[in-house]
Amino acid sequence: MMHKRMVILGAGTGGTLAANRLRKRFSTAELEIDVVDQDNQHIYQPGLLFVPFGLTEPDDIVRKRDRQLHKGINYHQSEIESVDVEADEVHLANGTTLAYDLLLISTGTKLLPEETEGLDGPGWNRDVFTFYDLPGATALAERLANFDSGHLVINFFDLPIKCPVAPLEFAFLADWYFHDRGVRDDIKITYVTPLDGAFTKPAASATLSNLLEEKGINLVTEFTTGEVDTVGKKLISYDGTEVEFDLAVVIPLHGGADYVHNSPGLGDELGFIPCDNKTLQSTVKPNIFVLGDAADVPTSKAGSVTHFEGEVLVENIDAFLHEREMVERFDGHANCFIETGYSKALLIDFNYETEPLPGHFPGPVGLPLLKESRINHLGKLMFQSFYWHGLLPGRDVPGIGSHMPETGKHELQTTGKS
Amino acid sequence: MTSTVIAGKTVEVNDEGFLVDPNEWTEEMATELAELHGVATPLTDRHWVVINYMRKEYFENGTGATVRKLGKASGVDTKELFQLFPKGPAKLSAMIAGIPKPKGCI
Repeated sequence: MMHKRMVILGAGTGGTLAANRLRKRFSTAELEIDVVDQDNQHIYQPGLLFVPFGLTEPDDIVRKRDRQLHKGINYHQSEIESVDVEADEVHLANGTTLAYDLLLISTGTKLLPEETEGLDGPGWNRDVFTFYDLPGATALAERLANFDSGHLVINFFDLPIKCPVAPLEFAFLADWYFHDRGVRDDIKITYVTPLDGAFTKPAASATLSNLLEEKGINLVTEFTTGEVDTVGKKLISYDGTEVEFDLAVVIPLHGGADYVHNSPGLGDELGFIPCDNKTLQSTVKPNIFVLGDAADVPTSKAGSVTHFEGEVLVENIDAFLHEREMVERFDGHANCFIETGYSKALLIDFNYETEPLPGHFPGPVGLPLLKESRINHLGKLMFQSFYWHGLLPGRDVPGIGSHMPETGKHELQTTGKS
Repeated sequence: MTSTVIAGKTVEVNDEGFLVDPNEWTEEMATELAELHGVATPLTDRHWVVINYMRKEYFENGTGATVRKLGKASGVDTKELFQLFPKGPAKLSAMIAGIPKPKGCI
């Protein structure tokens, strides 16, 4: 193989694991790897959920990005100005131009609070918070600790969002947290969603609806927030209905990174990169691949998806560099622990075709699926260590492959294809 | 899945009422589907901008657009989308356009 230059945009979950796996597979003489990110803070994003409840300290979930990369990978800390798709070049804000033979886009998704009317009002970070970034989660921890009575509303504005179960987990944990502090009876909790149920897929939606009801959490569906009045303290939907609150925890709209909009032909209206959802090769140009949240593929934006995609991606990049047909096929596999409070969690496992089903993972003997258990909670807690020491360095997990396992799952009467 | 008669034609619909085969859809079905799912008729030109956009998206990309994409790309902004198709513009316009429920909703 001739000497090739690869540029990886983004050093989060996807960029880091791809760079490390590729560095192991190819010598520096074969493949030069340059990684770019705008800062040097790699956040363990699943940990953000625990920060508001004082279960994790902010410092415990942040490490340096460049320290997660293997030797022989060049790291550039700079904002990205644009990608010149025609010229095969990336322009950085610090003036550097990186020419590439192969480009990997793994810049994830960013929060767009400015796209919702009123959200930047005076009540932001006073009575309206998000836990989807570190400053927000940290500020919310202090506010929650002093919240003893009133109406807590949790609302995500619209899909796509990262980890679509996290807002539900927040509601479950809030119920537990207020119980623990002895103030639950004085606090009303309402979960507001633009969807027509607690979750998108029928079997999981039913289970999660029941859990909300058991925990005394109100559910408001088909409410698409168009405006937030942070002073009058109400959510206003596009059709004019309102939900009043004393404290709101919201998940702003998401979009792709800014440079995508400055790069003609690269992304769609929302700044995500169109790609073949099985091979992860972009439909923009054959030498551009996409990994993780930046990709416009019809599955969850989540670390587990990025992890499973990563294995497929490395094989396909190998094939591309050797001018072979792409063989590896990503099936949309996602796997999420859902914290339900009281040291319990449930686990869901699904892909493009199969909705989350009950049963066990990864085989008939394993973690219970779609059912609360302590072992799932422990699984979620142990995952953080695996993330830094196994997933990012690119180690394989015995028994857990990229594709969704089918053994151990109970068939359900299908309730219409989604 | 059940069979039903819409605008004089027998078609298969799923449990939520979406047409199983988008190729069976005719323009005549749109009004009847709209009435069935609580969208005010007669359908206006603005409704049709959205319906036609949804069908185009489906046949080009394999799925209809989400509300946000509709708001940015269909030529009808989000506020108006909710006036035309109250509650769920993406879901309702897909229903009326005879295509499956838009993906990307997970």
